[in-house]
Amino acid sequence: MAEKTIEKTAAEIVTEAEQNKDFKPQALTGEINTPQVDDGLIIKGVTSAVKPYMAKEDVQAKLGFPETLVDNWEEAAVRKLGELLEKYKSLQVYLDTCVRCGSCTDKCQFYLGSNDPNNMPVARAELLRQVYKKYFTTEGKVFGKLAGAHRLDLKVLGDWYAYFHQCSQCRRCSVFCPYGIDTAEISMAAREIMDSIGLGQKYTNAILGKVHDIGNNLGMNPKALAATLESTEEDLEEETGQKIRLPLDEVGADVLMVTPSADFFASPHVESLLGYAKVFHQAGISWTFSSAASEAGNFGMFIGNYSQMQKVASRVKDAINEIKPKRLIVGECGHAWRVAYSFWNTLIGPFDMLDPNYPSPQHICEFTLDLVKRGAIKLDKSKNDEFTVTFHDSCNVARGSAMGDKPGGQFTIPRELIKASCNKFVDMDKSTIHDRTFCCGGGGGLLSDEILQIRIQGAMPRMQALHKVMESDGVNFMALICAICKAQFTKILPKYGVPMTVAGGVHQLVSNAIEVGAKA
Amino acid sequence: MNGLTLVFSLYFYIAVDIFLVGMLLKIWKYAATPAPLKIPLTPAPKTAAGVGGRMFKEVVFFKSLFRGNKPLWIGAYVFHLALLFVFMKHLRFLFPSTPAAFDYLVNYDLYTGFILLSALAFLFILRLVIDRHFYISVFNDYLLLVLLIAIASAGLLSRFWEGGGVRADLPAIKEFVGGLFTFNPGVVPMNALFLVHFSLVMLLFIYFPFSKMVHAAAIFFSPTRNQIDNSRVKRWGPWTVKKSRYASGPASGDAVPAQTPQTLVTAKEESQ
Repeated sequence: MAEKTIEKTAAEIVTEAEQNKDFKPQALTGEINTPQVDDGLIIKGVTSAVKPYMAKEDVQAKLGFPETLVDNWEEAAVRKLGELLEKYKSLQVYLDTCVRCGSCTDKCQFYLGSNDPNNMPVARAELLRQVYKKYFTTEGKVFGKLAGAHRLDLKVLGDWYAYFHQCSQCRRCSVFCPYGIDTAEISMAAREIMDSIGLGQKYTNAILGKVHDIGNNLGMNPKALAATLESTEEDLEEETGQKIRLPLDEVGADVLMVTPSADFFASPHVESLLGYAKVFHQAGISWTFSSAASEAGNFGMFIGNYSQMQKVASRVKDAINEIKPKRLIVGECGHAWRVAYSFWNTLIGPFDMLDPNYPSPQHICEFTLDLVKRGAIKLDKSKNDEFTVTFHDSCNVARGSAMGDKPGGQFTIPRELIKASCNKFVDMDKSTIHDRTFCCGGGGGLLSDEILQIRIQGAMPRMQALHKVMESDGVNFMALICAICKAQFTKILPKYGVPMTVAGGVHQLVSNAIEVGAKA
Repeated sequence: MNGLTLVFSLYFYIAVDIFLVGMLLKIWKYAATPAPLKIPLTPAPKTAAGVGGRMFKEVVFFKSLFRGNKPLWIGAYVFHLALLFVFMKHLRFLFPSTPAAFDYLVNYDLYTGFILLSALAFLFILRLVIDRHFYISVFNDYLLLVLLIAIASAGLLSRFWEGGGVRADLPAIKEFVGGLFTFNPGVVPMNALFLVHFSLVMLLFIYFPFSKMVHAAAIFFSPTRNQIDNSRVKRWGPWTVKKSRYASGPASGDAVPAQTPQTLVTAKEESQ
């Protein structure tokens, strides 16, 4: 049994949440202001009760985690931290290195949006660092609280549960850190520790269970997937008059396409799916989805559990073995692309069985832009004349991965593709794009409705920057290459009074512009 | 050798040993801990030389801090540069003779010393006046600044304060300190400011490996900055299992399945 207090279990105390019904998003002015104490705006703990639902026993058990908060959670958590310190150089170096210089303090969208100082990256990291100091460092043992050391008690664990689920692991703070301290690594470690003592997050862990059981985050079984693709094919034929295929499990196809499952039917994701299909059709390249690997997303990264991450990724390896493709292409998905680009080769590689003339894996934007440049497909920009387009660099693409063979290809390639698809393109403020881009506010496992408040708050900087170009340049379309960004903005834009149709995919623009049927 | 000389000599050797052993252990730990996945902060260089350039810009120019916060960069950069100059000019205490360039620097004692003090005061004030910095600062952040300010003040005073007979006898200090490095210490100079300065510097050395000052070494081990962005071209890993001394099975005594890290702990860390 879990530890009992007067009336609540420890798990209940730690995960006790409160929804702020009166919460109103910040008014759009185009300015991103840093909260100041003088204005009475920095309020410690103001979002400390914004917490996700705790994962239920069956969800935890499926992933091999303790079903609920274990009795000896303090000891177990400290031991787990010790284990992770030996496994991950990032964690060991980053917990030691921080000098609390303050460079990161005004860089996190969740701090800027929530005014809660615990959302300053350094303060968030200190939540874990205080425990590290207490149990693992001489300084913490000698100086105690004076050095910022603190025992892992229920209050601290509750703060972990709140604030490590108010970090989208977007790595923006790391850009401005003199040592490159990556709060994503620290958040992942904290979530891994919490899972290991039975304190899981429902959204991420339930989805991981679905991937293991069914094959994708949305829990779409192969039969439903086939039916959806079939009806989408019919829609495509109606729209274009062409037999554009959305193949599934076709052994021997040249390209295995792995995309976030949201692309199969969520809106606006599906518009990009149509784009992929038209590109493959027009280029005359045989391709297929796989029901075994019907999910590019990998929530194993969000919870910092490498075994889970590898298990999810191994489905792609299985699909490669089954389909025997020459090439591996990944759809529009930010975190998925980070896992694919940066981790797949380690987790499920090497990709010796694929054609070495192409990068493995390849991003759909790399693939399509290459076809455009070679003239293999033609885009009619005027088809998108109703749109003035801007581009939101998805955090995990911008700072956790790359495209092309030059540094920064992840910024230029999607932009080149957009500019090839439309006539009017405007970038948002320099301080909010490229490697300084803000997270949409829903990344890293935060895309769950019970923490909608922090999602709205986290979206604030991007919303202000978007508002600015909507006002100044008449922007009415924000192109995205991430399933989470798309889902988040579709939900968040209306909260700020912006139509949800402003959010869409890059391949949605490609889909509009591509000349289908015309011979190149 | 008188009693005080013995005390200060022992103090010196103990402090330096703690510093050297402590830092070597830290560096060994950072080097030995695996980095199972490629996590360069992109856009990142695609070559080893590029990574060298990236690290150079960080270490020599504090590039990311410059992008992050300009006033802080000025304070931090001036402080570190002044510290470097002050450190260099102290080398004349260790060697019988120093190159002309060093002697030239000595002429600017006054400037570097006071610049160092001003930068420290500036960094201290930043912690107090910027609300966010005040929020995140802990006692030891101030303590370290105070320690450095005390060291610099005592050092400067012992050099420039003419009154009260506290001006240090430099040849005597040179004989004592130089002797420490040849394991043949001279008589410790009986100058209060020098002794305070010397003692506090040794205290700083002792504290160094246990404090945030390890950033001097740790900066070179930061995976987000020292990794090459070539994960598609060159496979990182693979990793074999190493049992952690902490991974002792289930968290509690009941039937909780142990979290077994299947893979991903290093045996051979592929050189970049």
